[in-house]
Amino acid sequence: MADLSIDFAGIKSPNPFWLASAPPANTGDQVMRAFDVGWGGAVWKTLGNPIVNVSSRFWANDYGSTRMMGLNNIELITDRPLDVNLREMREVKRRYPKHTLIASLMVDTKEEWREIIKKVEDVGVDGLELNFGCPHGMCERGMGSAVGAEPKVLQEIAGWAVDCARTPVIIKLTPNVGDIVEPGEAVERSGAHAISLINTVKSIMAVDLDRMVPLPRVGGASTNGGYCGPAVKPIALHMLGELTRHPKVSRLPISGIGGISTWRDAAEFIALGATSVQVCTAVMHYGYRIVEDMLEGLSDYLDSQGMRSIEELRGRAVQNYAHWGDLDLSYRVVADIDPVKCIGCQLCYVACMDGAHQCIHLPGRTEEQSRKAGHTHIPAQVPDIVALGKGAPAGVRVPFVDEEECIGCNLCALVCPVSGCISMKELPSGKPPETWNDRVQRGDDVVPGGLDATAAARAERGRA
Amino acid sequence: MSDVSDAMKGAVAGTAAKGRDGAPFLVAALSPGRTEERYEDKHPRYTEAEAVTEANRCLYCVDAPCIKACPTEIDIPTFIHKISTGNVRGAARTILTANLLGQSCGQVCPVEVLCAGSCVYNTWDRDPIRIGRLQRYAVETALEKNPALFQKKAPTGKRIACIGAGPASLAVAGWLALEGHRAVIFERKPLPGGLNTLGVAPYKMKADESLGEIEWLLSLGDIELRHGVSVAAEARGPHEIAARSLLEEYDAVFLGLGLGDDSQLNIPGEEGEGVVGAVAFVERLKVDPALAVEGVRRAAVIGGGNTALDVAHELALLGVDVSLIYRRGRAAMTGYAHELDSARVDGARLVEDRAPVEVLREDGRVVGVRLARTEGGRPVAGGEEVLPVDLVAVSIGQSRATQVALAFEGVALDGRGRLLVDEATGRTGNPRVWSGGDCVNGGDLVVTAVADGKRAARSIHAALVDATSPAGA
Repeated sequence: MADLSIDFAGIKSPNPFWLASAPPANTGDQVMRAFDVGWGGAVWKTLGNPIVNVSSRFWANDYGSTRMMGLNNIELITDRPLDVNLREMREVKRRYPKHTLIASLMVDTKEEWREIIKKVEDVGVDGLELNFGCPHGMCERGMGSAVGAEPKVLQEIAGWAVDCARTPVIIKLTPNVGDIVEPGEAVERSGAHAISLINTVKSIMAVDLDRMVPLPRVGGASTNGGYCGPAVKPIALHMLGELTRHPKVSRLPISGIGGISTWRDAAEFIALGATSVQVCTAVMHYGYRIVEDMLEGLSDYLDSQGMRSIEELRGRAVQNYAHWGDLDLSYRVVADIDPVKCIGCQLCYVACMDGAHQCIHLPGRTEEQSRKAGHTHIPAQVPDIVALGKGAPAGVRVPFVDEEECIGCNLCALVCPVSGCISMKELPSGKPPETWNDRVQRGDDVVPGGLDATAAARAERGRA
Repeated sequence: MSDVSDAMKGAVAGTAAKGRDGAPFLVAALSPGRTEERYEDKHPRYTEAEAVTEANRCLYCVDAPCIKACPTEIDIPTFIHKISTGNVRGAARTILTANLLGQSCGQVCPVEVLCAGSCVYNTWDRDPIRIGRLQRYAVETALEKNPALFQKKAPTGKRIACIGAGPASLAVAGWLALEGHRAVIFERKPLPGGLNTLGVAPYKMKADESLGEIEWLLSLGDIELRHGVSVAAEARGPHEIAARSLLEEYDAVFLGLGLGDDSQLNIPGEEGEGVVGAVAFVERLKVDPALAVEGVRRAAVIGGGNTALDVAHELALLGVDVSLIYRRGRAAMTGYAHELDSARVDGARLVEDRAPVEVLREDGRVVGVRLARTEGGRPVAGGEEVLPVDLVAVSIGQSRATQVALAFEGVALDGRGRLLVDEATGRTGNPRVWSGGDCVNGGDLVVTAVADGKRAARSIHAALVDATSPAGA
């Protein structure tokens, strides 16, 4: 069985699954219940000068019958007195010495940072997470994402913390920036020991069309909040990848956050360079119990890959996160529909007709019917409708692919409701690998049919 | 066999045939204490949460097989998609544009062999979408909120007579009224709706639901319902109207005659109390509060069609010990397998390859039925047995309403008594007379009758518009 323990900037944790600083890590009782069912660590709900929260704090984005594809909150940092939190943190650490306990912090002045760091380190936390990410409520007061979005301010405040901290300093970044590399580099310059990302994305979830008030509604008004949950995972993975492929920033361990709901999500974050992962929305949706599947699934996955530890998985996919210009233009895939699995819904057909390249055909049509339906290319080989329907449960409703025209966009495979019915098969293109950057280097990065002004400018450069 | 019309006359006496003020004038005509009120709705209307969850299961297929399986070609994926987005009014509009009786069809259609039976999920061994229930939800919810879904066109001055107030005629009247024509429906019974009101199994739809739908339909435009009026070759009183005068007074006539009385077995002991025709019996069960079934403990239902299955199922649900007697094997039954299955689940017993040869009576009261073994559907000698029963319900078909049809010049029948019409238009041999529904197809579904009505309405409208356009235009 693979070893799931990790070393995060010197912090030893029994596994990479930590509760993110959020409602699931609000109290000592909660955190201890989470540790009991298998969570390896917890980042306590952000401490600072206590605030007042509003009633009506969350709203969600559903998709079809799937609830909470995305979740937003307008809750602020902890509203509990500091000494209550500190007492409970001390108790947690006393009872669970091997579990990871991180204090999330957000204060304003240098003196406040110095004081709060001393207080949490005195109760025995394993590390500090500086909340430079919260995008609502606190940023208007000059804290949270107001810090994360300003590399200079970030570097300065992180520096204060590094100066006085005895435990590792983790900087939690906001995704609400143009380029995540800038705050990432600022963290690296500050001397902080690690990064966690992403915090929530600035959002307005919906509008109540009867009352004309955005949601979640607080009386007659609402405000922008922080968006999280499965819907933000791709945004988080991208920002993680930007930092883990950065020559300098990548030296810092990163705790990945953003829509992680399953062991598979966690494995993907780790493959893209995260050392630990933090979970919030999935726990808010289903409870702490989901960690059982996460631990088991990740462990079995590592075993199946012949990997003995998290460390062997970490960063494996980073080198394959390339720039577009380095992708092989000669690589080719085409859609392949399995008639035995097809149920005849023809969603692939309409997606290809209206959203792609009109290369999926319905069987049994004459050329005239096909052209009338919108096809501009008629495949040389039209499969016999009877032969096509033979052995296919959906019979004559099984569409077929014009391989010559298929550009391999994947859309049909993505819309197909039957897993494994449409696969993208690799076809030898017969051409040697070639990237756009290769063409740029050779000077033949021109595709016919462009603008006259561009062609003229190129010719001018050629003469020069 | 008792005549239900007499029993019902009191129930509707004094009610106006028209009720344009929106009051439930037809539903109010029903008397309480009807046997049908004792049945629970097997598929009650979905709540919003149920409907949206089910709608979200729909894949929104392209060129969907469910549409092709619907005789009225309702754009099912589109209306289901609209339910999923909360556009219930739009969903109802999609349904009712294709099928004006979309509410009752949602309740009574055998979706298992139509739309839901062709759902692609069946191919995947998954439960098909509950299309009927979604349809019922959409139409009922939308019309309850605001029944004014359609805008009728300006009056054309054209008049259409619809004979019979069953689904086919109602559909014709509704569509033509929306086109601005005036439609007058002539119905010989006190209540409109035909089998929709008087024949549908009450666990699917009750008479008041059918009448509620008809009230909405009558509000679509200039439609008048005249009940208690029969059409004949010659009018012999105030309750009869001559076919010829209809042709003189109206620009077009639609014959939605349905079928005639229940066929008889013609066996000894059949005449008298305790032996009922299935259709007549169900009619009483649905609207006649005087029907008493308390004394019935054991019943035999004779037949193998869907009406026989319905009657057997209805009696079983009332706690009666029911034997369904069929002269052939199960595979030969014309009734749907899913209906037989659910009737058996609720307690009805199937007796195959037997035919009744005599109804046994003591002091006039039915005490049993003598059954003969059959081969190839015909009784053979030997092995007779007596099934003790208190009630025999005969469900072996219905006669044809040929007299009314033949009263119209040019209208012809086929060898089985069905009206002959043009396949594309529903037009009879008389160019001003159209027909559709059971009297044309010999007895089929409500949705088939609506589809026939749609076909005829299109053709009638085209004919009337052609007649009004200036010559040479």
